[in-house]
Amino acid sequence: MSAPSTTRFCLRLLRRQLVLAVRRPAEMGNPLLFFAMVVALFPLGLGPAPEALAGFAPGVLWIVALLASLLTSDNVFRGDFDDGSLEQLLLAPQPLYLGVLAYIGAHWLVSGLLLSLVSPLFALMLNLPAAAIPALVCSLLLGSAVLSLVGCIGASLTVGLRRGGMLISLLVLPLYVPVLIFGSAAVQAAVDGLPVAPYLAILGAMVSLGIALAPLAVAAGLRISIDA
Amino acid sequence: MYFDSVEAMLAMEGHGVFVWSAYVVTAVVIALILLLPLRRQRRLLRELAADERRARAVAANARGSS
Amino acid sequence: MWSFLHKLGSPPWLYAISGSILRWLLPLTLLALAAGVVWGLLFTPPDFRQGNSYRIIYIHVPAAVVALAGYYVMATAGAISLIWRMKMADVAMKAAAPVGAALTFAALFTGAVWGKPTWGTYWVWDARITSMLLLLFLYLGVVVLYEAYENKEAAGKACAVLSLVGTVNIPIIYKSVDWWYSLHQPASIKFTGDSTIDPSMLYPLLLMICAFYALFTCCLLLNMRAELLQREARTGWVRKLARGGE
Repeated sequence: MSAPSTTRFCLRLLRRQLVLAVRRPAEMGNPLLFFAMVVALFPLGLGPAPEALAGFAPGVLWIVALLASLLTSDNVFRGDFDDGSLEQLLLAPQPLYLGVLAYIGAHWLVSGLLLSLVSPLFALMLNLPAAAIPALVCSLLLGSAVLSLVGCIGASLTVGLRRGGMLISLLVLPLYVPVLIFGSAAVQAAVDGLPVAPYLAILGAMVSLGIALAPLAVAAGLRISIDA
Repeated sequence: MYFDSVEAMLAMEGHGVFVWSAYVVTAVVIALILLLPLRRQRRLLRELAADERRARAVAANARGSS
Repeated sequence: MWSFLHKLGSPPWLYAISGSILRWLLPLTLLALAAGVVWGLLFTPPDFRQGNSYRIIYIHVPAAVVALAGYYVMATAGAISLIWRMKMADVAMKAAAPVGAALTFAALFTGAVWGKPTWGTYWVWDARITSMLLLLFLYLGVVVLYEAYENKEAAGKACAVLSLVGTVNIPIIYKSVDWWYSLHQPASIKFTGDSTIDPSMLYPLLLMICAFYALFTCCLLLNMRAELLQREARTGWVRKLARGGE
């Protein structure tokens, strides 16, 4: 049997990751449940006044989405690291860059995409004006891709460590800051009736830069973790 | 010298607390980053010297008994 | 050139040369620091707007400048150790992280203390303060990651990758925080906009900046020497050194 072409290889990897995720629906639902619960904490902590909640909603929704993405990124490589299939990926003849991109893409489809699609529900719970909801979904779609890219860098560097969970947030959270700033600013702009496109353009630029550079860092991180 | 007396220098027209606390904390930080590696180096050398002595004593014993 | 690079990769040579550099650089640094502090604290006129509290500038600005430069030193050393597998670059990167973190902390602390008499509050979410805080987190991330690895060779490589990722991100973080701040700037706080600074205040400031650079170099070398001893504890030159009882 000849080796599959690079594209087919990546698509197979992506499919494998998605199948793995779908087989464990509880794990796929965890970030959504986390999102719902933390969103519910804010009215309890800040008080239920609708105006105050609406004022905080863009930031709150973005922060919670960011944390949900962070919590899941810890597990992207862990299972494959433990059972040794990550080593197979490193030995594969296809470029590691693309293989890594498949992993990141699968993570985004399972966490970022789902979160963006259910976010309008939570936006309504926090009394976010309906006009801002398209901006919220779009900014989350783009921004969560950056979150997945950056989060996987942290995951690749900590996958070989036993207590990686806390460490990954220390490494990755400062790098999330630009995404948080522009993502929540996009939603805020929509609330204020200002144009949203410039923010989405900047987020798009971040996605492009991330796709170009992050897989290189992830590949280097995985090599280090496997060698250690 | 800008200040007339030691009291004026310490008080700095009401800003003394801020200025002096900033300088003191920075001095402590600088002392720490200079002294910690020095202490680590000295401890390492001492441990290595002790190891070395012990090894030599063991070697001398072995030679003495045979 | 090549023979110099070759020597740079040799631990005993580096240990010896850094020792002889430190012998004159360390006293010089302490002297420059003391001179700059005395000059800045006692022999400069007060600022006409801020009074005497501006004297914090003589430690705040140098600490901030060197803390930022230190990150690039660390990342460059990390890149060299990743690309050319130079062990000494790895040692330098590991040595730079705690020093940079300490200086960032000093810059943040002095900035907060300076803020109280100037703006009436210790902490403002100002663009520069916020980016310095994030820089501190980036430094601490490298320190924590290094400690988390059992295998120190892998730890060095992982930290090098992390510091390079941070280098790409620092301009982005800085720009986005800057933009974020101009969006949220509260009206109550006025910053001194004048960038001109009187020579009588500038010269001690320049002296302090140089002194802090020298201080960073000293701390880097000291940390590197300690690290070298630990890594090379089994080799002949360290044993000889220990026997000499230096």
